[in-house]
Amino acid sequence: MNSATREAYGAALVELGKTNSDIVALDADLAGSTKSAMFGKEHPERFFDMGIAEADMIGTAAGLATCGKIPFASSFSVFVTGRAFEQIRNSVCNAGLNVKVVGSHAGPSCGEDGSSHQAVEDIAIMRSLPHMMVVVPADDVEAYAATLALAEHVGPAYLRVARLASPTIHDDDYVFELEKGEVLRDGTDVTIVACGMMVPRALDAADQLAEQGISAQVVNMHTIKPIDADLLVACAKKTGKIITIEEGSIVGGLGTAVAETLSERFPVPVRRIGLNDVFGTSGSGNELLDYFGLNAAHIIEVAHELCD
Amino acid sequence: MSQDLVATTNRMRAHIVEMLAAAGSGHPGGSLSAVEILATLYFKHMRVDPGNPKWEDRDRFVLCKGHAAPALYAALAMRGFFPEEELITLRKLDSRLQGHPCMGKTPGVDMSTGSLGQGLSVANGMALAGRVDGKDYYVYCIMGDGEIQEGQVWEAAMSAAHYKLDHVIAFVDHNRLQIDGTNEQVMSVMPIDEKFKAFGWNVMRIDGHDLDALDAAVVEAKRSVGKPTVIVCETIKGKGVSFMENVVDWHGVAPTAEQAQVALAELAAR
Repeated sequence: MNSATREAYGAALVELGKTNSDIVALDADLAGSTKSAMFGKEHPERFFDMGIAEADMIGTAAGLATCGKIPFASSFSVFVTGRAFEQIRNSVCNAGLNVKVVGSHAGPSCGEDGSSHQAVEDIAIMRSLPHMMVVVPADDVEAYAATLALAEHVGPAYLRVARLASPTIHDDDYVFELEKGEVLRDGTDVTIVACGMMVPRALDAADQLAEQGISAQVVNMHTIKPIDADLLVACAKKTGKIITIEEGSIVGGLGTAVAETLSERFPVPVRRIGLNDVFGTSGSGNELLDYFGLNAAHIIEVAHELCD
Repeated sequence: MSQDLVATTNRMRAHIVEMLAAAGSGHPGGSLSAVEILATLYFKHMRVDPGNPKWEDRDRFVLCKGHAAPALYAALAMRGFFPEEELITLRKLDSRLQGHPCMGKTPGVDMSTGSLGQGLSVANGMALAGRVDGKDYYVYCIMGDGEIQEGQVWEAAMSAAHYKLDHVIAFVDHNRLQIDGTNEQVMSVMPIDEKFKAFGWNVMRIDGHDLDALDAAVVEAKRSVGKPTVIVCETIKGKGVSFMENVVDWHGVAPTAEQAQVALAELAAR
């Protein structure tokens, strides 16, 4: 409980390895950090450390996938989605291969390592690739379930997990379903659509807003692509106003996906909270989330702007 | 060498010329230089079943230099993966024969390629899967010489040696030309042999148009234990069509109908 989503990813991989002999894992010399090393310890014959060579790692994963393996290839999100972008595009997505790309240490919550290591663009670039599914789990329980679900899902997928421990909001009996947004709180005045560790912050904001006379609905949009458009439309019809919050750039990420969907199907005001076309910086993870306004206070401020 | 295999290479070349002329675009030079390598693999060495292209125990092939797709398609069609009449649909809308290989569309294509430098990593992954599954299939991969300017090739070279992938057999189609000029003018790739040796590979260098030499090299490569093998093939870009041979400009331009007639007449006289 209250552990980092990367921890749950590693634990889920270990479990998958026990039940499915086709599961293989690859890393690019960050297995200890991404937690794929947990799988490597339990299933060494199916774990491949490819060294500091993300492009080769993704190509190797693609080759494994052509032979029926289900590769999970992980590294820090900046490197695996950025350095190996074109390998993911051509050798995975364009080839239609069943490779799971896992990006850890995403967003400013990555912390002290600073802007070079804090992916802000990963959701946008992965989302742009045809056939690519994009999943950002809200907590450790969901990260565990999402990892299991992605092993069942046939097709390329990007799973984004975090370095920083964050609050657990789901019970152990939580039933996770890919592509289905989760309504965590009903409300009538505004809908807060969040992903990743922004979800507990959205719930916190909704609690405070309720005391201030604003009824906020909260949606955990763990699958950003394909996005649950029907749920978004229902939320837009019900509350008429949408706030999105994500731990990454507002250019091309969750907020963009929501705005794209609603502008075509049921236009309502959408306000996006995230990194506003900037890179991150050094600091502690939690410090940086506040520094960039990725918190309840900012959601509350925007909710008042929309509702008052 | 069997006259049958020589005839096969002649027919593959004729197909390549006809396909490209019909398509009006594509890459003749690097297709023609790889013909003997492909013929050796598909008609002499590779364990494949055209009736069951996804057979789990088959040998795999990755055309790392995906722009030589016409040569691969000619080999696959003649090997029986799809009708030879279909070759003429190359690069046309709704054709199964895309401009660069697409595994989801063409029977017998084991990997989608086209973006240079990515295929050797894929071949390694196939070999690792074979190891995990206890299978004995080989994975063949043809790279261009210009292509090995891509850094990923050397990442993959490192990985193949590190994981002792002795069932990976790679070829470098060393025709010395690339789009912008000769390798030497654009970006020297020399010395190729020593580079691969330094990365821990078995290295052979042969005449890539000599079918006997190719056969012997593959036989020897299959004997390798604990090391991947690269067969550096000295080839002539545009081989078999006099006006295309060793001419940089024939990298990525299709022959006109008239040029194709001249080329086909030359090939028929071989």
